[in-house]
Amino acid sequence: MSLLVKNGRVIDPANGVDGAQDVLIVGEKVERVGKNLQAPAGAEVLDALGKIVCPGFIDIHVHLREPGHEYKETVATGTRAAAAGGFTAVACMANTSPVNDNRSVTDYIRAKAREEGAVRVYPIGAVTRGLRGEELAELAELAEAGCVAFSDDGQSVMNAGLYRRAMEYVLPFGVPVISHAEDTTLGHRWTMNEGVVSTELGLPGAPGTAEDVMVARDILLAELTGAHVHIAHLSTAGAVRLVRDGKARGVRVTAEVTPHHLLLTEEAVRTFDPNTKMAPPLRTKRDTEALIEALADGTIDCIATDHAPHALAEKEGEFDHAAFGVVGLETAVGLLLDRLVRPGLLPLATLVSRLSRDPARLLNLPGGSLAPGALADVTILDPEAAWTIDPARFRSKSRNTPFGGFTLTGGPWMTIVGGAVVRP
Amino acid sequence: MVWTRKHLLTMRELDASEIVLLVDTAASLQEIATREIKKVPALRGKTIVNLFYEPSTRTRTSFEIAGKWLSADVVNFSAGGSSTTKGESFIDTAKNIAAMSPDVVVVRHSSAGAAELLARTLPCSIVNAGDGAHEHPTQALLDLLTIREKKAHFDGLHVAIVGDITHSRVARSDIHAMRKLGMTVTVAGPPTLIPPFVQELGVKVSYRLEDAIRDVDVIMMLRLQHERMTNGLIPSLREYSRYWGLTLDKLAKHARPDVLIMHPGPVNRGIELSPEVADGPYSVILDQVAKGVAVRMGVLLLLAGSKGGAP
Repeated sequence: MSLLVKNGRVIDPANGVDGAQDVLIVGEKVERVGKNLQAPAGAEVLDALGKIVCPGFIDIHVHLREPGHEYKETVATGTRAAAAGGFTAVACMANTSPVNDNRSVTDYIRAKAREEGAVRVYPIGAVTRGLRGEELAELAELAEAGCVAFSDDGQSVMNAGLYRRAMEYVLPFGVPVISHAEDTTLGHRWTMNEGVVSTELGLPGAPGTAEDVMVARDILLAELTGAHVHIAHLSTAGAVRLVRDGKARGVRVTAEVTPHHLLLTEEAVRTFDPNTKMAPPLRTKRDTEALIEALADGTIDCIATDHAPHALAEKEGEFDHAAFGVVGLETAVGLLLDRLVRPGLLPLATLVSRLSRDPARLLNLPGGSLAPGALADVTILDPEAAWTIDPARFRSKSRNTPFGGFTLTGGPWMTIVGGAVVRP
Repeated sequence: MVWTRKHLLTMRELDASEIVLLVDTAASLQEIATREIKKVPALRGKTIVNLFYEPSTRTRTSFEIAGKWLSADVVNFSAGGSSTTKGESFIDTAKNIAAMSPDVVVVRHSSAGAAELLARTLPCSIVNAGDGAHEHPTQALLDLLTIREKKAHFDGLHVAIVGDITHSRVARSDIHAMRKLGMTVTVAGPPTLIPPFVQELGVKVSYRLEDAIRDVDVIMMLRLQHERMTNGLIPSLREYSRYWGLTLDKLAKHARPDVLIMHPGPVNRGIELSPEVADGPYSVILDQVAKGVAVRMGVLLLLAGSKGGAP
């Protein structure tokens, strides 16, 4: 089985390619990238004229909700959402029920992914048993079972001594700990960013400092232990400064940012729409500007959606009672093309890198490259597609997006996983 | 000036002329309270539901009396005696009530944004009777009516709002309304009870009661909720009342002789107000309560009355 993708503009940052090239896929691997490639006998030919051919996009922060919360999302629906959004691989967080803090849950997720997944699924294991922040999960066995990182995402491990031990313990496995950086004592029952908008709305807020304090702690612990700490969903200018400083000093710190923290501010909460409620909260324009700059200059290593599906009943009522989180897999690529690349805030090649090469390197995943012999995971973009975000058409089981009704130009066109076109 | 809005949700969204219309309408309706037969037919055949998810004495009673004096059918719904105890969500309860075709739903809820939520979900008019720490627009209106009766105008007056500003919906509605009407507003309290960036709402901030009450026309004292202590915002009620409690002595030393003392109630006597101040000559606290009925009549009339004026 062969596939020749012809006439597209190939952007492959890992190999320094940006230009009109053809991509020949044989079996599950990339065979060749070059000009005017001839289709071997029996090969399918795909005309990608006007399209952009990239290494498959990887989202290292999603919640697939299975096992335990299948009414929100499953491996089957979440990976179809990923494919529809242009992602060929996802890494899923451990806050399932039961928590992915032991090998049997990891095995279950991987089995589900093999049987029902539309894209590659990489489980992330819990740092502590039950995400309770009290004792370490069996991290070695989780790593052996295939966990690509460890995180208690959803909360910080508030006990610094325990987190230090986690960082040390995972050193031999070559995988990072992923920090949901939030000092919970700095925001009493918060629902949004603490600032002028929370003051006007009378909603309890958490200051950006609640994030900055924990980012600082975790960078210091990474420095102490030599571990790789990855900061999830960076949302403040202060945290950007800390990560930049940590990198400059040679600490093994990396960071991701979500589309919603890049594109929305606390002003969106004025509607009291529960789809503007997430952790960390939407911040200020000063923060979004710092995040975009950091994404462009590489201080922030990659984009991740923090795809967090919730059922309608959990996201339609009172703002302070609503669940935290928004879905993102099916909107990220279009939003970033339209709102960052089109206005010239981020070069297209940088966007492609932050979605493919960089997350692959960060978690030591296969993919992120179109070199001969690489996995034939390919994302093809249509830069001119005009479309409107319609949550009713999501492949995800959930509809909780703050971007419904946004009109965009540019979006994912085709998703190829292991040489096969995925039709979600 | 003609009222065009379907809902009354916040003071923030109103302009000065709308606020004055609401106050004028309420002023014109005060006379009904002095009649032997306190009833006008203005809202005959209209149905008003008071949907109260938080305990309330003054506000719920005055909305009920206001509706009844206007001849509307008034139904009171209080959480606790209803299907909310069976686990029905707020939005489901509201939709069920809306299915019975009320003309106005008056809502009191502990969640900020609850009134906005109903306004975008239900087909009828919504009146915000207090949503979390967000807004309480009819309280601001009755404050304004009380002030205008005593001071004859708004423009140029200086008001000090004292106490727990962070958790006060009254403070927010008052700040928006008073600023729009040309008044100067100072908020005062310990820094832990002053919300961040409050200056951006156009107010001054004071951390000393004696400074805050000097040369002001009105002092609005807020209720201190006891749970503020357990959350570590103040060390003790004792210390709070010592530094932030208003006494006759402090008034005589620092305030003007014609100052008005207001309080949205219920008063913690001996904490934010000494009994002598609450019941004393400066206090217009019961005037505020009396104005509450007229204000709510005015609001209901403008939202639900047939277009074409007062009864």
